Amino acid sequence: MNWVANVSIVGGGLTVAAVLGVLLNVNRLDYVSHVGIPKDQPVPFSHKHHVTGMGIDCRYCHTSVESSAFAGIPPTETCMSCHSMIWTEAPLLEPVRASYRDNVSLQWTRVHDLPDFVYFKHDIHVNKGIGCESCHGPVDQMPLMYKENTLNMEWCLDCHRAPENHIRPREEVFNMQYTPPADQESLGRKLITEYGVQTSQLRDCSVCHL
Amino acid sequence: MTEQVSTISRKHLELSEIRASLSKRKGRDYWRSLDELAATEEFEEMLHREFPERASELVDPVSRRNFLKVMGASLAFGGLTNCTIQPEEKIVPWVRAPENIIPGKPLFYATTSPVGGVGSGILVESHMGRPTKIEGNPDHPASLGGTDSVTQAVILELYDPDRAQAVTNAGRIGTWNNFVQNLNDTIEPLRANGSERFRILTETVTSPTLGRQLAALRQQFPAMKWHQYEPTNRDQSRSGALLAYGESVNTYYDFAKAKVVLSLDADFAATGPGSTRYAKDFAAGRRVRENSKDLNRLYAVETNPSPTGSIADHRLPLDTGGIERFALTVAEKLGIRTDSNAAVFEDTAGWIPALVRDLKKNSGASLVVAGQQQSPAIHALAHAMNEALGNVGQTVHYTEPIEVDSIDQGSSIRDLVTDMNAGQVDVLLIVGGNPVYDTPGDLDFKSALDNVKFRAQLSLTADETSLSCHWHIPQTHLLETWSDCRAYDGTISLIQPLIKPLYGGKSVHDLIAALTGEGGKPGLDIVKETWKDHPEFSNDFENAWQTALHNGFVSNTRLPDKRMRIRQPLQTGNTVGAVLDEEELELVIRPDALLGGGRFSNNGWLQETPTPVTLLTWDNAALVSYATAEQLGVQNGQIVEMSRDDRSIRAPIWIVPGQADQTVTVHLGYGRTHAGRVGNDAGFDAYPLSASGAMWNSRDVELNKTFDQYELACTQDHHGMEDRHLVRHANVDHYQKHPHFVKDHDPSFQIHGQDVDKDKLNLYTEEVHGAKEFKSTTGNSWGMAIDLNACMGCNACSVACQSENNIPVVGKEQVLKGREMSWIRIDRYFTDDVDDPDIYHQPVPCQQCENAPCELVCPVTATAHSEEGLNDMIYNRCVGTRYCSNNCPYKVRRFNFLQYADRDTPSLKLGRNPDVTVRSRGVMEKCTYCTQRINAARIESKKSGDPIADGEIKTACQQACPTQAISFGNLEDPNSEVSQWKASELNYGILTDLNTNPRTTYLARVRNPNPEITT
Repeated sequence: MNWVANVSIVGGGLTVAAVLGVLLNVNRLDYVSHVGIPKDQPVPFSHKHHVTGMGIDCRYCHTSVESSAFAGIPPTETCMSCHSMIWTEAPLLEPVRASYRDNVSLQWTRVHDLPDFVYFKHDIHVNKGIGCESCHGPVDQMPLMYKENTLNMEWCLDCHRAPENHIRPREEVFNMQYTPPADQESLGRKLITEYGVQTSQLRDCSVCHL
Repeated sequence: MTEQVSTISRKHLELSEIRASLSKRKGRDYWRSLDELAATEEFEEMLHREFPERASELVDPVSRRNFLKVMGASLAFGGLTNCTIQPEEKIVPWVRAPENIIPGKPLFYATTSPVGGVGSGILVESHMGRPTKIEGNPDHPASLGGTDSVTQAVILELYDPDRAQAVTNAGRIGTWNNFVQNLNDTIEPLRANGSERFRILTETVTSPTLGRQLAALRQQFPAMKWHQYEPTNRDQSRSGALLAYGESVNTYYDFAKAKVVLSLDADFAATGPGSTRYAKDFAAGRRVRENSKDLNRLYAVETNPSPTGSIADHRLPLDTGGIERFALTVAEKLGIRTDSNAAVFEDTAGWIPALVRDLKKNSGASLVVAGQQQSPAIHALAHAMNEALGNVGQTVHYTEPIEVDSIDQGSSIRDLVTDMNAGQVDVLLIVGGNPVYDTPGDLDFKSALDNVKFRAQLSLTADETSLSCHWHIPQTHLLETWSDCRAYDGTISLIQPLIKPLYGGKSVHDLIAALTGEGGKPGLDIVKETWKDHPEFSNDFENAWQTALHNGFVSNTRLPDKRMRIRQPLQTGNTVGAVLDEEELELVIRPDALLGGGRFSNNGWLQETPTPVTLLTWDNAALVSYATAEQLGVQNGQIVEMSRDDRSIRAPIWIVPGQADQTVTVHLGYGRTHAGRVGNDAGFDAYPLSASGAMWNSRDVELNKTFDQYELACTQDHHGMEDRHLVRHANVDHYQKHPHFVKDHDPSFQIHGQDVDKDKLNLYTEEVHGAKEFKSTTGNSWGMAIDLNACMGCNACSVACQSENNIPVVGKEQVLKGREMSWIRIDRYFTDDVDDPDIYHQPVPCQQCENAPCELVCPVTATAHSEEGLNDMIYNRCVGTRYCSNNCPYKVRRFNFLQYADRDTPSLKLGRNPDVTVRSRGVMEKCTYCTQRINAARIESKKSGDPIADGEIKTACQQACPTQAISFGNLEDPNSEVSQWKASELNYGILTDLNTNPRTTYLARVRNPNPEITT
């Protein structure tokens, strides 16, 4: 009966390993992280149309992205600055007009939602040469907004451990067409020094967890 | 007080043994409690357990099995929670965005917090329209940037879920319009004839706007009577001024100029108008710095040890009569004539000649302060002494009263009760206050109130008084109101709202406006109306108004000094200075240091904050001295019955070293029945023992022992570090001879009796870390220094920390188990004698060790070191093994044994700091040096390219501290304040023999006793 004991010892170990392996990888599933899944929104707002089609800069709507932790979601008034003149009758835009008319806020569903114990700050990233696209993906090509990246901690650390692979010149931060040069790493190193990025500090827990 | 007769058979303290044990201890010894002195088994056991209960069940085999079962389950569930998909969250933008608000950035507004009617300037932090934190207004003369603990807790008062939320009429929901209609109908017939039957009862009023409104109301109702009453009134000092000068004056002090201070039972640094300013000025005069070893000196005589008394250089516990005889004797030596024939003070300590010489030597730079609860005679004597010493105009200033109408509130409420009993009151409006609860017991306000035909109350919560009123109107909170008030020196201070009334409440101004035909007029307009013709606003009103609103006060509106002339001889009367017979007991009643007279009873932060010096939470007690306890034969927690006339209360005994013998002190503010979920049944109600006209003390009290025990949640023995040279101090002459005395206690490093090179004990090695010691790569190494000379144990830091860091309240039961969550605790130590000990305070936050013992034992690296030397705590990583806390020699880690943070009550969510994670059950937490503030400053500095300036980051405790006992900053900048403090020869770390290299260090206390007084 020795083999029963041996099998159960080995089998038990394997089962535990398998269960742990599954648990560890569940969070990487798109199903869990919602990567690539557009969310229901009150208005099917198309970034593709507004950015690529109309050439509107990110900061026209996300006004506080350079100065605050929160990038800012535009007030209805911002939408209406154009839509009081164009597409004024479009049925799709009725919720926007209703919001403006009745003074009731639109309720958008968060697409990029970090857990409450993570304190991400847009301003510092934008100021240190991290492009919008680096985290949000090709927003200018998205008819409906979805998450490009998992925003899991391992994904954050990917850059926090080696920012030279992702940092770009400040003036290219809002450029959705930016292609990194072939020698990104040496450019990255140069920019890190130039912008005073404290790479040693980027892995401190208290940089994100407060 | 719900009496829980304790089931634990606690070994009774043998009081005589304690004295014996104390005499056996040699030299200067620090102790925290009588249990420690007695070294009872329970005490030893509690000390050695990490958390007093339920922490070591693993030893027990049965529990061990349960533990494994539970662990198995939690592992499985822990794994599962990992798979939870985040719930959807909404983003709700504005329809039209207001200017000036950047989402994610807080704004600060200046307003004023009146406590007892007298204002102190505050700055309120507002996140997206939600006020979350209160700081002192650095420009306001009453604050200068500091706050007291009560002011910090005002934010929780705003979000108190038990606030009244609707107008009620006889318990049923009504409407404001209905009420106004009903009220106007009732008073209309009184307008022509009988307006004396219309009464208004307010608390102390310094608001010029309310004064103007009441004057307007009086024009319509000429005989209407306006009564004022609140328990923490200033009647005694008012009567004292009448006695000394024949008129009512406002007295305020300039401690910056005072070299020698005599406090006659005055807790001037911690309670009362101007205390925050006084604390700052007073502490500034006793800071030891390189170029100044010339310290001020404080003599304090008091009944019950107060924060101010605890930092005195000489402190004498005396009963009321003793204080009076003391004052009379000192006054006599200063050449003041009185008509008193009281016995001469028995100067066993040899104080008086030395004190008098010291005061005289410092004429013009000395100060005598009388406590608010002392008899008028003492106040008059203090005035006379200050005049005799030439202090008037120097350290003492007199002005016109700051109240709109300065009256004797005790008589005012007595007159009201008499009139109500006589059926002469038809309409009574109670504006703020809770007279059914907080009036002296002999008045029986409640039954008198029943004789009034129409009674209405405007207050924050539906309290004891509301129950007896026909109408109850929810009042707007301070942070929801437009108003104004005066500061301690008369400075006009404005009150502006931070948020729309949460429950549609009404302010006192709205109420009076509704009676004067201005109903519905916005509060802002009512307040502006008062100031439109004021000289300070005369040209360009709008501009001047905006400036005043921005600053929170109107500059240069301090009331002008008034010359006063003492009436000698002082008519002190024959009642003062009575000697207690042997066996006789004196009852002393005082407002609670944190709850006041009961306004803050439902405030969990203040209930759970240990009361200064006694360190009791959630309860008050009958405080007696050690000798009196011996004499009465009572034990800690033993319930006694105290009666005065036909009124009696039951209260547990608590022995306080430093309490005057033959006195029992009880504090007001507890024992509420309708305070709300927090304040109900906490402690016992002491008001029944007070009597009008003799509110604060009485000798006609009978005390009877019972056999019942009551468990008091006292934190004095929690988080013990055992006495290992934690507090260090010296007298100034010793310090001058031995400037490096703090080093005397520094440990040598020994292993098995052999001295060891400290470098070898370092975790940092040249090979791995590039340096032998911790070295930041960013140019910032954060550190803190705490000046023990300035700390008076008021707990403002602790409440500020609670507010800033979303620290939950755990309740009495959990405190009893040692599970209070305060990140910064104030350890209080006694030395020497149990009857008249010296008292020391030591705030202990996380020491942010460079060689942190906690970090090494965490199995999941949930606590780790940051580049800038912080000992980071990562909540989401913590699995709750509690090893870190076990290994922490300073006992500063706090564990969420249960789900302490309230996740359900909507109003409480509004008040949280959005920059700090709300912790869950099973997670360890601790002081982070306010890492969220460091991060915010770092990001701004990185964006602008300018380095973080010294003083730019203030931790919450540092910012609140009224005496500026805490310094925080960059240790790598030799010019930063904290580096300068740490360069002092008084600087030392605690438990450094463990090689922890703490980043928080202390400056030893230097006492400045009078060399002529030897005992």
